[in-house]
Amino acid sequence: MALLSVSDISVSIGRLTPLDRIAFSIDPGEIVGVVGESGSGKSLTAMAVMGLLPLIGGKISGGSVHFAEFELTTLTEARYRALRGRRVALISQNPMTSLDPVRRVGEQIDQVSMMHLGLGKVEARARSVEMMQQLRIPEAKIVHGNYPHQLSGGMKQRIVIAMALVANPELIIADEPTTALDVTIQAQIIQIMTEMARARNVALMLITHDMGVVAQACDRVVVLYAGRVAEMNTVDAIFADPKHPYTKSLIGCIPVEGLPPGGLKGIAGNVPGVLNYPKGCRFHPRCTRAIARCGDEVPLLRASGAGTVACHLAEVSA
Amino acid sequence: MFGFLIKRLLLLVPVFLAVSLIIFMIVRFVPGDPIDNLVQIGSTEEQKAELIASYGLDKPLPVQYGIWFAKMMQGDLGEAMILRRPVADLIAQNLPHSLILGSLALLFSTIVGVATGALAAIWRDSWLDRAVMTIILLGSTVPSFWLGLLMILLFAVQLGWFPVSGARSWSALVLPVLTIGIGGVALVARVTRAAMIEISRKDFVMMLHAKGVPPTEIQLKHVLRHALLPVVTILSLRIGWILGGAVTIEYVFARPGLGSLLITSLNQRDYPVVQGCLLMLAIAVILGTLIGDILQALMDPRLREGLN
Amino acid sequence: MDKDSALMRLLRTPRGAISAVVLGVIVIAAVLAPVIAPYGYAIQNLRLANMEPSAAHWLGTDEFGRDLLSRIIHGARTSLAVGVTSITISMVCGMALGAAAGYFGGAFDRAVTVVVDLSWSFPEILLALILIAILGPGLASTMIAISVAYLAQFTRLTRAQVMALKSETYIEATIAMGAGSGHVLFRHLLPNAITPVIVAGMLATGDAIILEATLGFFGLGAQPPTPSWGAMMSSGTAQIFIAPWIIIFPGLAIAITVIAINLFGDALIDALDIRKRLREN
Repeated sequence: MALLSVSDISVSIGRLTPLDRIAFSIDPGEIVGVVGESGSGKSLTAMAVMGLLPLIGGKISGGSVHFAEFELTTLTEARYRALRGRRVALISQNPMTSLDPVRRVGEQIDQVSMMHLGLGKVEARARSVEMMQQLRIPEAKIVHGNYPHQLSGGMKQRIVIAMALVANPELIIADEPTTALDVTIQAQIIQIMTEMARARNVALMLITHDMGVVAQACDRVVVLYAGRVAEMNTVDAIFADPKHPYTKSLIGCIPVEGLPPGGLKGIAGNVPGVLNYPKGCRFHPRCTRAIARCGDEVPLLRASGAGTVACHLAEVSA
Repeated sequence: MFGFLIKRLLLLVPVFLAVSLIIFMIVRFVPGDPIDNLVQIGSTEEQKAELIASYGLDKPLPVQYGIWFAKMMQGDLGEAMILRRPVADLIAQNLPHSLILGSLALLFSTIVGVATGALAAIWRDSWLDRAVMTIILLGSTVPSFWLGLLMILLFAVQLGWFPVSGARSWSALVLPVLTIGIGGVALVARVTRAAMIEISRKDFVMMLHAKGVPPTEIQLKHVLRHALLPVVTILSLRIGWILGGAVTIEYVFARPGLGSLLITSLNQRDYPVVQGCLLMLAIAVILGTLIGDILQALMDPRLREGLN
Repeated sequence: MDKDSALMRLLRTPRGAISAVVLGVIVIAAVLAPVIAPYGYAIQNLRLANMEPSAAHWLGTDEFGRDLLSRIIHGARTSLAVGVTSITISMVCGMALGAAAGYFGGAFDRAVTVVVDLSWSFPEILLALILIAILGPGLASTMIAISVAYLAQFTRLTRAQVMALKSETYIEATIAMGAGSGHVLFRHLLPNAITPVIVAGMLATGDAIILEATLGFFGLGAQPPTPSWGAMMSSGTAQIFIAPWIIIFPGLAIAITVIAINLFGDALIDALDIRKRLREN
């Protein structure tokens, strides 16, 4: 039984439909990577699951989202709120701006357990400090009383992670949790996050544009392109045998040891904006192997080995 | 915090010197012999000579300023030409009235302005928001003295709820405070509303929603808390405007106070009193800015450290 | 951006169209005052003093029996003339100071900034009163006082615009190619900086009209018998119990004028899409 199952959700903002029938699922304790270039709809997927789309004027216009025993698309706002931070938590993209600059960081962690677990001030504080220690924040007691601007980016992201973990959620959605950090810190944060998730059996939806991170941390991976799912499979299978040309190009973007100079391949062109999605397969203008059919007909997601893929060519070759 | 305070106070010294210099120069800029502008009507030649000596008018300008400044620091602001009383006494007599009016108006503007601005921001685009925006537009475009006159017409003359003028009772304060307050409320509400809308879009507010904090709590405890920073900034910058409003409104309601005193003496060309009043108002503006800075530093940890 | 299209965009919004029409009527009334006004502004008739609004005197008469409507129409002349003249003077001086400070920088810039920041924290009414204290009451000193009171605002705005433009690549390239200061300043910087300053000036004209009325109300502005909205209300306060219209109508005239100016300016900001550039200041 999946913990989270997203079934064919479409998201609309005004007259635009930036997400088109996205579907994937996450099992309890599983770490699933959601990959794609910027503009592919990764963050919107996160917002949709968190029920935060109204904040940016958007809504789920079709499909359903199941989380544990709840159908999220019809849940009342009050009940949804009781889930947020308690059973589904968010780690946002930019730790620099995710913390309230005029409140002590510790209090911002305390707030979660006071609100959701009904703890008193003292107990909440003790819990936060313990959480911070587990996340290897040195001198957690002192840091608890610091303001965000007094901490480094990596430290701030640990605080945000502590905020996400403190109420013992079943699912954490991490939206590019390391993009805003220094390269040296990025690996640390990813490691600490996956470690914690494994140790506490928390499912993790790890949004990233970095296939390297996926290889290092995830069990399964969902590849998004221009608001649609391109391919979905276990990490091992996808690296061993990527079916979708887009997945192949993404993997080609990872620098590996022994790569000859100039051997690193980028992907020509850009992700199309939501205003000018091409007809048919949205990847076909950038695809090196596109055939006539790709420009006319939307490829459907279909099973291919252990995973699923949405590509006319994959279908032919399978 | 202490270091910050010292630093801010030291910054005020040159400002105060510059302002006092300008006010000192007023009498010297006026066409004609300054002594004729300072001397009481019908003074004898000896009195004139005495005055020239006491102001050092025979000495070079910088020395004259030195003498004037030293006297001012001792509380000697000269003698009123028409009323023939020490200017310091006149100011001491009028200042409390202005202080009460000014601080009540400030209090009213802040409380009502923040409340209406916050409500308008929370229920953005509702009828309430539109009503508040209309009041903001009217409050910032209608001349305050006309508003005062209309208040007198309606509430004092027609309805008889409040006295038309004067300062004999507390009820006489209601209309003046309201009149100055409407402009102040408009200003504060506009800043509060704009700041809250802007802050609502910040990442950390999205994060609060993701933590499951109820929206009302987010708005009131977090967003409003941040919005108060620009409100304090604008209030400390515009404290002079509220005082300026008090100057006008005192005159409209015929209340005693620095404003009435200033305008009366301007009309009578009673320069020592004009100088005294302007000096006090300038000091009030400078102190207001200082208090605003201190409040801001108390409210924003980033600022507190940056300045230490 | 094409100027004509901006104006058309402005007139297509209800806000822009209505305020433009109201402003047009006020300006025409002011210009043609002697033709339009039913009576002369100074014709007294004590037997008709403090008359209620009637068919003969639409807005009633004042304490000297002068027709209020005629005085308000003539008052529009004073108000608009003072407002426009003083703001124009202020704007031209402010632009010169601000452009020079922003372009040349250095000690001159620092000196200008200090003075501007200092006067910025003082309300315009206090600055104007200081000037009136020096110059004495009257229409000319009112204009000078208002010009000086708003100088800081325009200097600040121009300086900010010039500073922002100066660091743009094309200006740097022009300077690098050896163009003289005058050429860069007058051919490139000022033409680009001028739009926000003019819009700010437009909005300030409304404030200037209020300031003129306030000074007039204090008896420090236009001296009798020159009709001025502020002074009319000032003499009306004595009649507040018997002839409140003497106070109501001139104030209404000010309010309508200023609201129209503000709405028009606001619509202009949107039409020219320069709200951001104004707010940066």
